[in-house]
Amino acid sequence: MTTSFFHPALVMIIGACVLPFLRDPFKKLFIVVVPVLTFIDVLYLNTQHGVYCVLPFMDWELTFGRVDNYSAVFGFIMALMAIIGSIYGLHVKNVWHHVAAWFYVAGSLGVIYCGDYLVLFLFWEMMAFASTFLIWFNTDKGALAAGFRYILVHTFGGVILLLGFVLRYQATGDLSFVHMDEQATQLYTWLIMAGLMLNAAVPPLHSWLPDAYSKATAAGAVFMCAFTTKTAVYTLVRAFAGFDILIILGVVMAIYGIVYAVMENDIRRLLGWEIVSQVGYMIAGVGIGTALAINGACAHAFAHILYKGLLFMGAGAVIHATGQSKFTNLGGLYRKMPNTLLFMIIGGISVSAFPFFSGFVTKSMIITAGFNEHLYTAAFLLTVVSAGTFLVAGLRLPYLLFFSDNRCSEDTYARAQDPPWNMQAAMLIAALFCLVIGSYLPFLYTMLPNAGVAFHPYNQYHLSETLQILGFTALAFYFFHKKIGPEACINLDLDWFYRRGGQLFLWLAKYPIQWADTAWGAAYRVVGLNSLMTTARFSSWFDWHGIDGVVDGIAYSVRALGRRVAMVLQRGQIQMTIYYTVTFAAVILIAFVWL
Amino acid sequence: MIAQLIDFLRNRLQTVTYFFFGGVAAIVIWSLTVDLHHAHTWAEQHIPVFWGLFGLISAMVIIFFSRWFGRGGIKTREDYYDN
Repeated sequence: MTTSFFHPALVMIIGACVLPFLRDPFKKLFIVVVPVLTFIDVLYLNTQHGVYCVLPFMDWELTFGRVDNYSAVFGFIMALMAIIGSIYGLHVKNVWHHVAAWFYVAGSLGVIYCGDYLVLFLFWEMMAFASTFLIWFNTDKGALAAGFRYILVHTFGGVILLLGFVLRYQATGDLSFVHMDEQATQLYTWLIMAGLMLNAAVPPLHSWLPDAYSKATAAGAVFMCAFTTKTAVYTLVRAFAGFDILIILGVVMAIYGIVYAVMENDIRRLLGWEIVSQVGYMIAGVGIGTALAINGACAHAFAHILYKGLLFMGAGAVIHATGQSKFTNLGGLYRKMPNTLLFMIIGGISVSAFPFFSGFVTKSMIITAGFNEHLYTAAFLLTVVSAGTFLVAGLRLPYLLFFSDNRCSEDTYARAQDPPWNMQAAMLIAALFCLVIGSYLPFLYTMLPNAGVAFHPYNQYHLSETLQILGFTALAFYFFHKKIGPEACINLDLDWFYRRGGQLFLWLAKYPIQWADTAWGAAYRVVGLNSLMTTARFSSWFDWHGIDGVVDGIAYSVRALGRRVAMVLQRGQIQMTIYYTVTFAAVILIAFVWL
Repeated sequence: MIAQLIDFLRNRLQTVTYFFFGGVAAIVIWSLTVDLHHAHTWAEQHIPVFWGLFGLISAMVIIFFSRWFGRGGIKTREDYYDN
């Protein structure tokens, strides 16, 4: 261990502990400075690859600082997003909101740099608990319950992960967080994978995502959309690259997410479903597992954090200004929120893979890797989802928010305006990065883990392919946009099982179980209590007259006997005492000789 | 400024629509001249405007499948989970 290593997560944690004691104007400055320091720390570490901060703990060695090609790229983007998110939330008065967000970021950075499952688990749970507060700080109806659902689901995922790596430790004596062998899978392999996949929102473990992200605070959702799922993608890249099942799950996820996003009426739920869909590409990339696919998964995670952050910031701006989050209560806002419109369109065309924007140079890596490996079904299905992505995030979202008929109430429309400067500044930074990634390839490509994999997105064929897909998807939207208009509905999903299941449990507790309890209480009073009293009375009588009589009788007898013996034998005359003693000894001696 | 630009375009919606169709047509014409060396499969090399048709069909499938799926009982009232 060298002294030059200072863990970036520690910077955030120290910052979070100091922040509550500060007052403005230092507080605002501090909120920006701490993530910037973390980012500088990460930049420094990225030039110092190696393993640091290995601490002995009981029988184990805990590795906190493993800096290599993988942790470098993810550390970079997480620290960058921490800056953007902190600037976006600068106006938030509740200091504990910042504290929770920073602990959340620290959890993510801790997972990224860790080298074993114990440290991973520690930071994994830190992420889950800290982020729950970003939901609870929202005062909207339903946020409290959504927070509880979120923490319960993540605790369940954490327990599965714990079970997995403890079983692995029992079987192999190994806690290191390294790549798993696909040829020698055990129960623990699948448990660890399921635990990690829950955080990546892989179906059927995905319902928490749109549920929680749509209920978080405006600034909280910006943090949440970046950290949990992409940290999980990082862990899957490390441990499960090349596992074929991930290709299938990734493709299913991409399709599933986009279908629900098309139906959705809530802005942030729509974006949440979009995350499920986009993370599907990354999971598929991890499953394909070639050098190009892994680079693609990492690059897409990098780009995704920025453009999805941008979209969530735009959605947050709309909610912040109007207090509305449903398309059925919004629309026609372009005159009132032009800058937000511009940023959301940049986010939308980045996710839709427009040339010169970030999605174009990252998503195509994964699809090309699929074609290169002759996984035609997966590659074509992911391309179908590309069209769907443009349909949803590039067309439906801005159209329903800004261009379509004005469905706002008078009050909502009057309140609508572009957000405060800090939110716009954060959106501007994210938008610029979307453009830089898409236009200046070395910026991202030199950071990717597998160096030496050549990929050139800007060739005639790829440009033509993309423009055709985008152009004709727009054509379909032009003709059929009324079919996917807003409807005041919610969409049932697999969370039905635990939301309705929870209600069923409550009903069971309230009626049959309560009835059984009451009946049991009555029966107990009538039968149990009476018989108990009778038994107690008998026992008391028996104790008094039987046991006490015997015990007391013995005691009285012993005392009386003792008194007699004392009166006869202990008269205080030495000659009599000697006489009795010698006689007693002689009797014993004779008995011994003769008998 | 952005709002004025959008108002300007909205007032000329017909022209904007023609430009959009013109753009799509240009993409189609360009696609016919592009070198197919990088194509991955037989279909891309032999079906003209393959990706255009693919995009159009994909988008329509997603739109109509979602609609059918939603109407099939997935969409429900907003207070469904409230008690």
